[in-house]
Amino acid sequence: MSVSPAWYLTLGAILFTMGAIGLLIRRNVLVMFMCIELMLNAVNLTFVTFARDLGDIGGQVAVFFVLVVAAAEVVVGLGIIVSIFRRRESATADDLHLMKG
Amino acid sequence: MAPVLAATTVDALVFVAAAAIVLAGAAGVIFSRNPVHSALMLVMTLFGIAVLFVEQQANFLAAVQVIVYAGAIVVLFLFVIMLLGVDRSEVVEREPLRGQRPAAFALGVIALAEILLLARTHWTTGAKGVAGARGTDPDVEVLARSLFTRYVLGFEITSLLLVIAIVGAVVLARRPDRTLGADEDDSDPVHAS
Repeated sequence: MSVSPAWYLTLGAILFTMGAIGLLIRRNVLVMFMCIELMLNAVNLTFVTFARDLGDIGGQVAVFFVLVVAAAEVVVGLGIIVSIFRRRESATADDLHLMKG
Repeated sequence: MAPVLAATTVDALVFVAAAAIVLAGAAGVIFSRNPVHSALMLVMTLFGIAVLFVEQQANFLAAVQVIVYAGAIVVLFLFVIMLLGVDRSEVVEREPLRGQRPAAFALGVIALAEILLLARTHWTTGAKGVAGARGTDPDVEVLARSLFTRYVLGFEITSLLLVIAIVGAVVLARRPDRTLGADEDDSDPVHAS
């Protein structure tokens, strides 16, 4: 194990930040959703790294649950996006200003 | 006969290559104009993450990562992109909130710097968890033992979550009933049943 856990954790932090930036700068709701997946994957990488570093399987169990929740989240989120797009014909989050004061 | 490359060198090379793939894919997701390209770049990132999982002896999770994420979730994304015909480029000229993008970049960089600064010396406290030791057994065995004993309640709840997600997706995605009236297009699809 030459690559120390700090490198993996740094990579996870960078990936999470990139996902957060992407979520903020993009307007296409599908791409924003993909950025959420990036952030989830960064957290998964962190969990697996800690599982190895601490010699504890709990991190991998947490990743398992994150995968299940991510799958369910994508299904429901894409269903919501489909039903929004069917009525509005637009791809940007800026057009969803129904509740704007 | 001595190996050509030491195992540590191979580890470092694999890590650098996978990290480059992950970061390039993430940049592609963020900066691609076309959502289809973003989805394909997301596949690249997910494969890189899977390589890093294998590198850390999480073989089962690497397989699940490829099957569930690259095989199911991204395909679902591509289906929705194709189905809705939204594979158009994004209009970037119109900016309703002035200065939002530079602010987002600045905040992201500041957040990253804070994470790295705060966690630089002490990534872990060294405290042991309750889930069970990692040991030297194959990771599938250890994971299954922990999942079906200590975390069995959570495991059962995920099945409930998946059923709810399936029902929710069906309810959201079904078209409103056309036979009920002319103004069905304005009705809320959630309450259309």
